[in-house]
This record gives sequence, structure tokens and C-alpha cells, in this order.
Amino acid sequence: MKGIPLSALLGMTITALFFLAAIFAPLIAPYGMSQTIGDVWEPASDAHWLGTDNLGRDLLTRMIYGGRTTIFVASAATLLSFTLGAVLGFTAAVYGGWVDQGMSRLNDLVMSIPTLIFALVVLSVMPVTLPILILVMGLLDSTRVYRLSRAVAVDINVMDFVEAARLRGEGQRWVIFREILPNALSPLVAELGLRFIFAILFISTLSFLGLGVQPPMADWGGIVKENREGIVYGIPAALYPAVAIVTLSISVNLVADWALNRTTSLKGGRGG
Amino acid sequence: MADSDTLLEIRNLRIEATVYAPGEKPKNALIVDDVSLSLERGKVMGLIGESGAGKSTIGLAALAYGRGGIRLTGGEIRLNGREIRTAGPGTLRSLRGREVTYVAQSAAAAFNPSKRIMQQVIEATLHHNLCSQSEAEARAVELFRTLSLPDPETFGKRYPHQVSGGQLQRAMTAMALCPHPDLVIFDEPTTALDVTTQIDVLGAIKAAIHETGVAALYITHDLAVVAQVSDEIMVLRHGKMVEHGTVQQIIEAPREDYTRALISVRAIEHEEKKPTAEPLLRADNVTARYGAMAVDVLSNVSVDLFAGQTLALVGESGSGKSTMARVITGLLPPRGGDITFEGKPLPPALKNRSREELRQVQMIYQMADVAMNPRQTVQTIIGRPLEFYFNLRGRKRNERIQELLDAIELGKGFADRYPAELSGGQKQRVCIARALAANPKVIICDEVTSALDPLVADGILKLLLDLQKREGVAYLFITHDIATVRAIADSIAVMYQGRVQRYGTKSEVLSPPFDAYTELLLSSVPEMKLGWLEQVLATRRMESAGN
Repeated sequence: MKGIPLSALLGMTITALFFLAAIFAPLIAPYGMSQTIGDVWEPASDAHWLGTDNLGRDLLTRMIYGGRTTIFVASAATLLSFTLGAVLGFTAAVYGGWVDQGMSRLNDLVMSIPTLIFALVVLSVMPVTLPILILVMGLLDSTRVYRLSRAVAVDINVMDFVEAARLRGEGQRWVIFREILPNALSPLVAELGLRFIFAILFISTLSFLGLGVQPPMADWGGIVKENREGIVYGIPAALYPAVAIVTLSISVNLVADWALNRTTSLKGGRGG
Repeated sequence: MADSDTLLEIRNLRIEATVYAPGEKPKNALIVDDVSLSLERGKVMGLIGESGAGKSTIGLAALAYGRGGIRLTGGEIRLNGREIRTAGPGTLRSLRGREVTYVAQSAAAAFNPSKRIMQQVIEATLHHNLCSQSEAEARAVELFRTLSLPDPETFGKRYPHQVSGGQLQRAMTAMALCPHPDLVIFDEPTTALDVTTQIDVLGAIKAAIHETGVAALYITHDLAVVAQVSDEIMVLRHGKMVEHGTVQQIIEAPREDYTRALISVRAIEHEEKKPTAEPLLRADNVTARYGAMAVDVLSNVSVDLFAGQTLALVGESGSGKSTMARVITGLLPPRGGDITFEGKPLPPALKNRSREELRQVQMIYQMADVAMNPRQTVQTIIGRPLEFYFNLRGRKRNERIQELLDAIELGKGFADRYPAELSGGQKQRVCIARALAANPKVIICDEVTSALDPLVADGILKLLLDLQKREGVAYLFITHDIATVRAIADSIAVMYQGRVQRYGTKSEVLSPPFDAYTELLLSSVPEMKLGWLEQVLATRRMESAGN
């Protein structure tokens, strides 16, 4: 662990705290997720560290459960978009020609429709459940990953060592996963951090607009939506999710930056 | 101290850089250690050594410049009697591009592709307000003429991509000479050029130096080249001076072992083997072109490679020799003609070849750095063909890897290294081991030594010859370097513009009477003797006058 810069350590600690809180939410949260325990918008107190929300539920509890949903949906969607985007992008680069043209133009077509509007249209006709949300977000985001992976892989694909593997008679799977993937990791890791944050913002936006996570489940965007009227009366309840999102974004990117430095090391990423 | 004739005086120069090794604290590395030299006005000094010897670093130090985190930490650099190592940025700006200028190795990378050549050639001159634009342009045209560039009046109106590599290199020389500098640093100006182009550029540079009376530091790894243009030579190794003397003394009576090794390089003796009855690999009337191009890159090429022998394909860049390798390996299916292996035709396209057919023909590349996956260890790189072709796993595989490492004289402790942890020569050895792992009958060597230092290249050639003796493998050796061909070939095909110009056993091809192109190619190879350049150029002038 030595040699990790302070910023990365800080980022890792905070990110880990967020994830731990998400995983162990039922153990940490002081109250039940949708338990009404007090008055509307009570100020912070010893019993309610962040006060209560618009229905008199404990806000800290809502934040912890909300983080759980938000982080879970964002992680799953990012995972989906990366697996799909990277595999398809590499495939397009390795096969080239018509396969590449067909896939890339289709990708352009999807990308030409604004993501949010696309998602809103789809979600207004589909039942809004978590798997559907993850699927929609993952698919839409994979177009961006596809472009990046394809661009990176096209460069690597013309290197002599890939040609050497082809001359050996290796199949496309070996070329994609053993020759190209390890060399494409660093830009992908950098993108991963960024995409994860975009996913959190995206799910929060959807929830804020009412087409994301449905009540009574908590999520950060939903908390903003439920408490936004409080801002007029000087109630900070709607700002806590914003703080949480900013803190998590910065921490994740601190980690991603460090990972990027590490994986770009020419020594195969073993050292420091 | 410095008398009026001394232009550049470097004393006890010490240059350091910080090395960031992974997993360790950053540490100081000494790049140049206690080097002194002094250069008189109008003289040319050659700096010679292998890569990492610090020759470019010393060259740039004459501009008081350190590339990429390099620090000039000690000693004196006096230019025109003025100490410049510790001079401020203002002083340096006023002398760079005015008193001292620089010619880089790759002119193609050094020119801005979106500006006309003239604009770039006179840029420094105008920047220093040395003269008016029209005077500078007149001076540039004058220099274009001195450097024997075609149409000197209009040459500057072209863009860099509109002229050849050799012309661009001369344009950069014009750029360096334009502001009437006292000193020009030539950093490997001809290394990236073909031999036939190199000789013209060398001649032009020498004439320009002579006419303008400028002093120069000429940096190169090729002793034969530096002997043609310099008055003195300094041999460097690992940042230290090995030997310093006049050209004559260095060439004819070197004092140090290292210098002697540099001079006797490529003196490998190789007994030529006679062709046997049946060729192992035969290319019959091969014609090929890329994509929708209207021109054939190869036309009617027929050559034979015999078992256990070496066929050298020689030619300058663009002659089609690397394309030939792509046709044989199946990367580029030919438009016409056949490739037969052991009497049976090979399928033209890579994807139709069987694993066994692929195993028999292996390839070694010019740039070992990019020919190996930087994320794989040597063990994986060499082990993969063993798994793939012979299904060797576990201990058997590891034993065979060790055998191969022994065969390429690397020994223990290399299996777990990544390519980045190897030197240039070691990388190329690992690539040889990877090719050998397949137990092939043919190995295609595409310029395998041209990216290496002479001494290292020598070692690789000896290794290849040795392996041929032991394993009976045949080489198709693609190169532009006649010296390499002399050292290793049994038969030779000289290629020019996609055709085989001359083909036969080594002794046949290399003995007169020559055709015009082979003559030109052979006579362009720099020889390690004084006055070679003048002699060749004079002969050529006489011949063209006679015509």
C-alpha cells in the first residue's frame, strides 16, 4: 500500500465509507426507511442528526438508504455499460470493415438522440422498476464507452504485437481480451470513474423528474424532489444529497486519477 | 583563457536527471560525467557513441538546453567566451537561433506541416531581427542552392509534405544556417534516410559547412558517416569520454578497445552456402498492391529460399521489400503469383492457412518495443507459441522457455520481466526466442537490426547465424543495409520500385558488372575511410558529365 499519494488515500477512504454505508444501510440507519418518527422538517437534533424530511421521516436514515439505491443503480448501470460498450467497441475495431461501419453508425444514431429525452420516453412506456432503470441507463451509456473503446482499440490493433498474434493464428477472442484489453485499460479506467459519476447524476435526475426510483424507496434525487419546497423556508434538507453527490464524485475521481497513473506505467502496472 | 579562435569550450560538464523507478524513491542519475571539449571556429567535431551515451544531451547542452527534466548541474559551457550554463532565459533566447542553431534527426516531425517551408526557414532570422524579410528570403534561396535543392527559387513555397525526406532534411539545414550562426548542432541528421539519399544530404551538408565557414557538432552513431564530415571525433560511452582525436587518428590508430570495436563492427565472416535442388519457400511471379491503389507495389517478383540458408531482400524504403514479407505471411494476399512452401502452394490469405502452415513461417520485427505486448511478461510472450502450437503446459513449458532463453543468451531471471525492463538488444532477443518457440523452418527478419546500436546489432547477427547453424532455420532477411547483407546472406535479391533488380548468390550479386541501381546502392554505403565521400561524389559527377 505504500507509495499511494495522499489524495488517492483520501479518495479511497471516502469512497469506501460511502459504499460501506450503502451495503450495511439496514445496520447503520438509526430508523426504518419509511418510518414517520416526528414532525415535518424538524431541525437537526441529537435524535435526528440531519433533521426530518417533508413527511417527518429521519433524514439521515433516508440519506443512507437513498445512497444505497443510488450507488447500487449507478454501479450496476456503469458495469453494464462498460462490459457492453468495451466488448462491442473492441469487436468493431478488431473486425473492421462492414462490421465496424454497421455498429458505429447504429451507435451514432442512438447517440444523436439526447440521453435524458430518450430515457424519459422509454421509461414513460415501460414499468419503472430497478432492473429496467439499470438496463436503460446502462444501454444509453454504453454508446459513449463504445466510442472510446473503439478509438483506443483501433490504435492498438495496428501495433506489431497484435499482428504477431494474428500471424500466430490466434482467434479474435485472444486478440481482444489478451492483447488489446490490457493495453486499453488505462483510458477505460479513467472513463469508468467519470461515467460512474454521470450515472449517479443521471439516476438522480430521473428520480427528481419522477421517472426514476419510485417512492417509498429513497434515493438522492428523490430526496431533493421531496424536500425542494423546504428551500424556500430555509430548510437545508434538499441540499444534503447534493453534498453527498459532490463528495462521492470527487473521491471517486481522485481514485480514478491515481489508478490511471498506475496503469499507464510501462512496467505493466506492477510497481508503486 | 579562451583565445579568439575557440568558439565553444565545455569544461567538466556534468548533467543529471531524476529517475523515477517504480516502487523506489526517485534517484539521481548521472547522464554526462566530466566531459570537456573545445571547438574552434569553422571546425566540425563529431560526437559518436551508442544510444544512451549522452551524445545528444551534450549537443543540446551547447544550447544550454536540457530535454525533459535534465539538469546541467556542473561545469562550464562557454560560447564565444561567455558562460551560458548559468545564463538567464533572456540571454539564452538571444543566442539560441542566432549564435547556435540545431538540426534534428527527424525533419518530418520537426517541420510544422501547415506552414510553407520558406516561412519556417527564415523564422528564427526574422525573430532575432537580423535582417529584413526579403533579405532573409534571398539568403534562404542562396542556401537552398548551396544545398543543391531542386528549384531553389520556388522551393520555399512548398509545404513540408510536398518534398522528400532528404530534401526536408536539407531544408532544415538551411533553416539552421540562415541566421549566420557560429555553431550548428547536427543531431543524427541522416540516420532516418536511405543510403542513397544519405550520401546526397551528407554531401550537401558538408558543402554548406565549408562554404559558410560555420562550426558544427555532428552527432551520430555511425562512425563511417562522421568520418566524412568531421575534423575531430570524440567517442562517448555511458556519459563519459572514451577517446578524442583527429579523424585520421581515430580511424587509423584508435587507442581504446571500445573505439576499435566500433571500427571493426560488421566484420562478420560468413561462408556462402550453395543453393540446393529444391527450394523451401518459393515466390513465383508475385504481384501485389494495397487496396484500391492503381499501382502495383510488387510486380512479378520471383525468389527462392533454400532450407537452412539466408535470402536477403535489399532495397531502399518504398522498394517493396516489407510488402514481400506481408505477402509471404498472408497478411496481404497477392493479386497474382504463388507462394509455395515445400512444394505445396500456401493459401494466399492468412485466415485460410492451417495452424501448421502458420507455425512454419515466423516473423521478427524491426521495432522490438512494439512487437511485444507491453503488458505481458517474457514468460507469456515466449510461452504462448509453445501452448498454442505444441500444447505445452506447466513444467514442460517452463523448461522449454528456459531452454529458449539460454539459446538467446539471456539466462535466468528474465522470465518474469516486462518488455519495458529490457534493453533494446534484449528485446530483440526475446522476439527471436518467440519466433524460435514455434520451431519454424522459415523466419522472416524485417530490418531486425536497423533500430539497434552497431555493437548490439552485431551481437544479434552473430546470434542469428549461430541459431541457423544449430537449428537449420532459413531466414528471409529484409534490410536496407549492405553491410548486414554481406555479413549474413547466402543469396541476395536487390529490389527497386517493386521489382527484383538483381538476384543470385551473394558472390554473384556483389561482384561486377553491376547494373546502374545496384552500383548506386553499393557505392552509397559509407566506408570507414577518409575522403570516401568526395571520392564517390567526384566519380558520380564525372559519370554524369560523361553522359
